[in-house]
Amino acid sequence: MIEINNLGKVYSGGRSYTRALGGVDLSIPKGSVYGIIGLSGAGKSTLVRCLNLLERPSEGQILINGQDLTVLSGEELRKARRRIGMIFQHFNLLSSRTVAENIAFPLEIDGMKKAEINKIVDELLPLVGLSDKKDSYPSELSGGQKQRVGIARALALKPDVLLCDEATSALDPQTTLSILNLLKDINRELGLTIVIITHEMKVIKEICTHVAVLHDAKCVENATVEEVFTSPKSDIAREFVSSVFPAELPEDLLRELSSHKDSELVRINFLGDTASKPIINGLITECGVQINILYGSVEHLRSSLFGNLILEIRGTDEQRGLAHEYLKSNSLVFSYLNRGGADA
Amino acid sequence: MPDSVYLLKMLNLVSPAVWETIYMVFASGVLAYIIGMPLGIYLVVSSKGHILPSPMVEKTLGTVINILRSAPFIVLMVALIPFTRAVVGTSIGTTAAIVPLVISTAPFVARIVETSLKEVPSGVIEAAQSMGASPWQIITKVLLPESKSSLILGAAITAINVVGYTAMAGAVGGGGLGDLAIQYGYNRFRTDVMIITVAVLVIIVQLIQTLGMRLAVRYSYGRKI
Repeated sequence: MIEINNLGKVYSGGRSYTRALGGVDLSIPKGSVYGIIGLSGAGKSTLVRCLNLLERPSEGQILINGQDLTVLSGEELRKARRRIGMIFQHFNLLSSRTVAENIAFPLEIDGMKKAEINKIVDELLPLVGLSDKKDSYPSELSGGQKQRVGIARALALKPDVLLCDEATSALDPQTTLSILNLLKDINRELGLTIVIITHEMKVIKEICTHVAVLHDAKCVENATVEEVFTSPKSDIAREFVSSVFPAELPEDLLRELSSHKDSELVRINFLGDTASKPIINGLITECGVQINILYGSVEHLRSSLFGNLILEIRGTDEQRGLAHEYLKSNSLVFSYLNRGGADA
Repeated sequence: MPDSVYLLKMLNLVSPAVWETIYMVFASGVLAYIIGMPLGIYLVVSSKGHILPSPMVEKTLGTVINILRSAPFIVLMVALIPFTRAVVGTSIGTTAAIVPLVISTAPFVARIVETSLKEVPSGVIEAAQSMGASPWQIITKVLLPESKSSLILGAAITAINVVGYTAMAGAVGGGGLGDLAIQYGYNRFRTDVMIITVAVLVIIVQLIQTLGMRLAVRYSYGRKI
């Protein structure tokens, strides 16, 4: 669907030289909701703006449905952009146009006839829940309503891809949720590929199927959301995951427990069907260890369950060895907290 | 109390001058916009990072505009006499005054239009670009409609400016209220004519400003202006 090959972007003005993107490769499957997360300045906004060439890449290719956007001429590029919808953090609506006229805007650009435009606008208004706001001006709308107009406008030309540049960052948590749900519905009903740029892991957790983590102009990790949430490989990804699933023990408790002899602290992540196995019971009966539950949570990650457990395992070296084997044989994702976080 | 004969005389004296002033302001305003507006638009779109960036052209155009704007109107008007004569056949009278008025107002209009168009948030232009809009579509469907109320306020400022210039043009035989004030109010010590002239000018300026403000509010669609 979307292939990003060795994408690089350098800003040079006079003596300053900033590398915003350095050799990013990503492959975004059709129909996916692809999240791109990073701290501010990581290059994520540059990346999404390169996808429709609002920002011209310094190097690399952007292939959408096999078509390389970077080699297109002005008119060809304008045509290609009509297949790519985009929504923005600050909505960027035309303040002199009503809701209906804003949605009609891309259709006018495309040179469509008035009657046809009206028909499409009338279909889109109920989809984004704004039928009663048809003739309102943007100044009369709330942030969430403005973003709904933005979404309807982006969908008007029936694009293959929807780019979202921090689309919920200016909204309150509740409105964010309703916008994300709308995007989820659109993804499901229209089969649209959605690319979401965000600095909030809860956005990724809520709707994304895949996630790429950007750090210092590079993509440090990309995989399905389940993979990244259960076994983040980079420090920055781990930080993002713990921002939505805070499973940290207080420092002093950790210190006290770590000093125990014959005891180990283990963090176990469950996902989907592994969540249904009686793990703790197995550890006690098969390995003979004692279990102390220190932390536990079960969250929803899109449609699957995602569990997070911190256990203290007490027993002899041999018993704890058995426990380690047991966890491994049940293909659980786990790590030891008092062994310097070394992965098993 | 002034009698009705006096009032009638005064009316006969002032009203042609008012019409001359209105004619000069209107004609030179319209012509100045025909020349200045495209220049203003071009100044904006050719600036760095805009839809048709062209730093060389922007700089050259900007310099020419600055040079034209730095000549005081009264100097420009005298300097342009040969040119005016070549264009309209005479350098005296209302129509002749329009030539220097246009040449001095057009660069002003270009800057005023430029300022208005620069108020359109770059994000909105970007959104239009992301939909595949051409530069021409962005100018006609985004830049101009989005800055409508600011353009109207700019037009009011321009018109008021031109009213001031026409008074100066009047001082050197251009007709209009300025001419009246000099010939009667100053040369013939008619203080009453002077006062009425000033009063009429105040009223004209107030009307332009009020009308501009009303229209600007109407086309602001709920935004602050």
